[in-house]
Amino acid sequence: MTDKTVSLPEEKRHAGFIRNNLRNYGMLLSLFAIMLFFQVMTDGTLMQPLNLTNLVLQNSYIVIMALGMLLVIVTGHIDLSVGSVAGFIGAVAAVLMVHYHLDFPLAVVACLIVGAVIGAAQGYWVAYFGIPSFIVTLAGMLVFKGLALAVLQGQSVGPFPPTFQKLSSGFITEMLPDIGTLHPTSLLIGIVLALALVYAGAKSRAREVSHGIEVEPYALFFAKSVALACVVLYFTYLIASYRGFPNVLVIMAALIALYGFVTRRTVIGRHIYAVGGNAKAAKLSGIKTERLTFFTFVNMGVLAALAGLVFAARLNTATPKAGTGFELDVIAACFIGGASAYGGVGRVGGAVVGAMIMGVMNNGMSILGVGIDYQQVIKGLVLLGAVCFDVYNQRR
Amino acid sequence: MTAMLEMRGVSKSFAGVRALRDVNFTVNAGEIHALVGENGAGKSTLMKVLSGVYPAGQYEGIIVFDGEERRFRDINDTERLGIIIIHQELALIPLMSIAENIFLSHPPSWLGVIDRDEVYRRTRELLAQVGLRESPDTLITDLGVGKQQLVEIAKALSKKVRLLILDEPTASLNEADSAALLDRLLAFRAQGIASILISHKLNEVARVADRITVLRDGRTVDTIDCRSEPIEEDRIIRSMVDRDLAHRFPERQAGIGEPVLTVEGWSVQHPLHPERQVIKNVDFEVRRGEVVGIAGLMGAGRTEFAMSLFGRAWGKSIRGRVRLDGRDVDLSNVPAAIDAGLAYVTEDRKQLGLILADDVRKNITLASLYQVASHGVIDDIKELKAASDYRNRMRIRSQDVYQEAGTLSGGNQQKIVLSKWLMTDPKVLILDEPTRGIDVGAKYEIYTIINELAEAGRGVVVISSEMAELIGVCDRIYVMNDGAFVGEFAGSDASQEKIMRAIMRNDRLRSKVRGSDSRVGEIQA
Repeated sequence: MTDKTVSLPEEKRHAGFIRNNLRNYGMLLSLFAIMLFFQVMTDGTLMQPLNLTNLVLQNSYIVIMALGMLLVIVTGHIDLSVGSVAGFIGAVAAVLMVHYHLDFPLAVVACLIVGAVIGAAQGYWVAYFGIPSFIVTLAGMLVFKGLALAVLQGQSVGPFPPTFQKLSSGFITEMLPDIGTLHPTSLLIGIVLALALVYAGAKSRAREVSHGIEVEPYALFFAKSVALACVVLYFTYLIASYRGFPNVLVIMAALIALYGFVTRRTVIGRHIYAVGGNAKAAKLSGIKTERLTFFTFVNMGVLAALAGLVFAARLNTATPKAGTGFELDVIAACFIGGASAYGGVGRVGGAVVGAMIMGVMNNGMSILGVGIDYQQVIKGLVLLGAVCFDVYNQRR
Repeated sequence: MTAMLEMRGVSKSFAGVRALRDVNFTVNAGEIHALVGENGAGKSTLMKVLSGVYPAGQYEGIIVFDGEERRFRDINDTERLGIIIIHQELALIPLMSIAENIFLSHPPSWLGVIDRDEVYRRTRELLAQVGLRESPDTLITDLGVGKQQLVEIAKALSKKVRLLILDEPTASLNEADSAALLDRLLAFRAQGIASILISHKLNEVARVADRITVLRDGRTVDTIDCRSEPIEEDRIIRSMVDRDLAHRFPERQAGIGEPVLTVEGWSVQHPLHPERQVIKNVDFEVRRGEVVGIAGLMGAGRTEFAMSLFGRAWGKSIRGRVRLDGRDVDLSNVPAAIDAGLAYVTEDRKQLGLILADDVRKNITLASLYQVASHGVIDDIKELKAASDYRNRMRIRSQDVYQEAGTLSGGNQQKIVLSKWLMTDPKVLILDEPTRGIDVGAKYEIYTIINELAEAGRGVVVISSEMAELIGVCDRIYVMNDGAFVGEFAGSDASQEKIMRAIMRNDRLRSKVRGSDSRVGEIQA
């Protein structure tokens, strides 16, 4: 082996920069390519405000669960039970609200607590007994699928109280005077968000410059900021021209921001990646690996419960079949987004983009009239292709 | 007597480190040839060259077998000629039977269907030859280590062995099992099968060997013909350890102060075999500004001692009293040990020390993230500054702190691990084999760092298998064997011969005690 510590010539460093960025932005570019493809193939139906809003609503619960799944996968585990847990929680919510007429906020809190307990029950065996998560959560998948059936006694239960339905099918309240077809509150929020993102980026760059840290060239930074602002504003415009921001989009955006922050900037986040990267080294560095693993499962349980509530509210009924197969979409989203099956690698942004790729393909192929049979074939191939691309990239 | 095997001028390096230099080694037909030397002298490397683990082209020199020059591509080539190696870690599959293990690679079969009657018949024959009275159906996991060793030998016999290589076969055997195994070798010699025996136990070597070759620093330094000259243990020990100091050690002003770490009556049981006591009632002390060495052979219990101390990261039913700066401290888990002021730099950098896929910065700050964070949020600029600071101070040669740790050389990786622990500001650092797999230049830098740590008033414990290194850097050296300290020398007073003698004497003593122990054990079983 040669000593690689000598500094590389300039053009090689440049190549490395491009390669790293290709890895980081590759999936984002793929998402845009896929969206463009379906936009053209569907004669513009994909990006119509109505369809775009539907796209968000249809995929919200997958994105929410993908956030938790990413942490589980980063620690080197897997959770196969999330679909069943989401279905079971939907059933519990239905029974509480429809049969027992429990208040909507109380019922939601109760459901989230049940989700946490489910996550704890599974995480306990994985973290403290060393039982492979594949087996524990496979068992959980069967258990909660069965319990959902039992709770609902094989029947669909609904409809939910209107306030609860708003969780999924509601839109943020309009507080500003009407201006034609656009929803001004949503538009304003979008503009503020775009400005805030650009400002935060510029501030962090300025801070790094003031400490003499090497940063990306100004032109690149400027182009990136403009592109980011444009994308945010464009989507805001589209969504505002239908019925404004859906409530669930607000929840989703808040969660994405929170998990992005936790994974990138906090001690806990760093510890989670360390456990996945090398559990033994992490343990010998004083990290409480078992407790961390346990809490990633508790967190997954809470998010699966939230996703179950969102899904139930969207269907306005709890059915015994709800949640079937969700786990596959969620896991696929994480892997398409660049998470490593060996643990230690994966980004929140990647998982979200992965979920959106799956969502856009589902939606686009449905508009095109591709049968459910070939939709699955194509999704499977995309998953395999994305992971192969990643592995190939790492080997180079 | 004709030479069956001749290895001429064999050299081999790993990443610039010379493991073998111009080694000459011959084995005659039907002799038992013992190969002795310190840990890291190159014995195992030489045997891996011979058995095709390192194929032709990866080493320099010539191998002649049966009068013909050979270029082995892999282990299949050597096995075809009847050269069979039995590694120290046995290569048996625990949940398969004896018969399945013996005929794992080439079972007698017809059209791919295994002929079970033939397998059993031949297994019984082979077991009779090695003197193992067990059913071919017995699972490996149900056998003791001694019997597993015999199964390995039976497996070798099934491949028509002509030259049997045994790498420390008796390291984990008791006296009775060792004797039985050595008797087998003598029986094979009578049948014309040659053996190469790698061993640390000179009494065993003296009992069976026809010739003894001593390897030191990758060179053959002595070959003794036991049939024509008497075996002098002193001569062998001197050959093993005596050498000019290949590397020099930086000077240090010793400023030794009060005791900082005091351990009394430390005992540890094996985590998987709770009846086995691995560390036996050990007392240990480190003073401020003192560098204390722990010498010993592999398996003496040095790493187990250190890891059990470091937040009970190893072992079960740990007993004993530990004081840091005169106060009793809680070392019940790793975070507590770090808080108390202990740091442990593991011997296995890649598996236990680093997150190879993470960058230099993240590895350095891993054990002390809260120092660069407020309310659990990492201040990335503070973190970057801390990491860059250590990168400069420790002279870590990387492009920047964002380079992946896995792409750096061993010496630089070791400096990252040292940085990680220095950042926790420990009172006592335990360094386990700190220079293993590191080239000479980087070794010097590590020694310099050790000196700086001691001069700053920290206590430093160095565990090493290189005795010259311990003598070069330590103020005081404990010698550990079989989980207990069997000697203690002042650094100025220590010599490699004294250390080796302390180990060997105790080994012989232990063999006698163990022998009687094991008979009791067998009756109970």
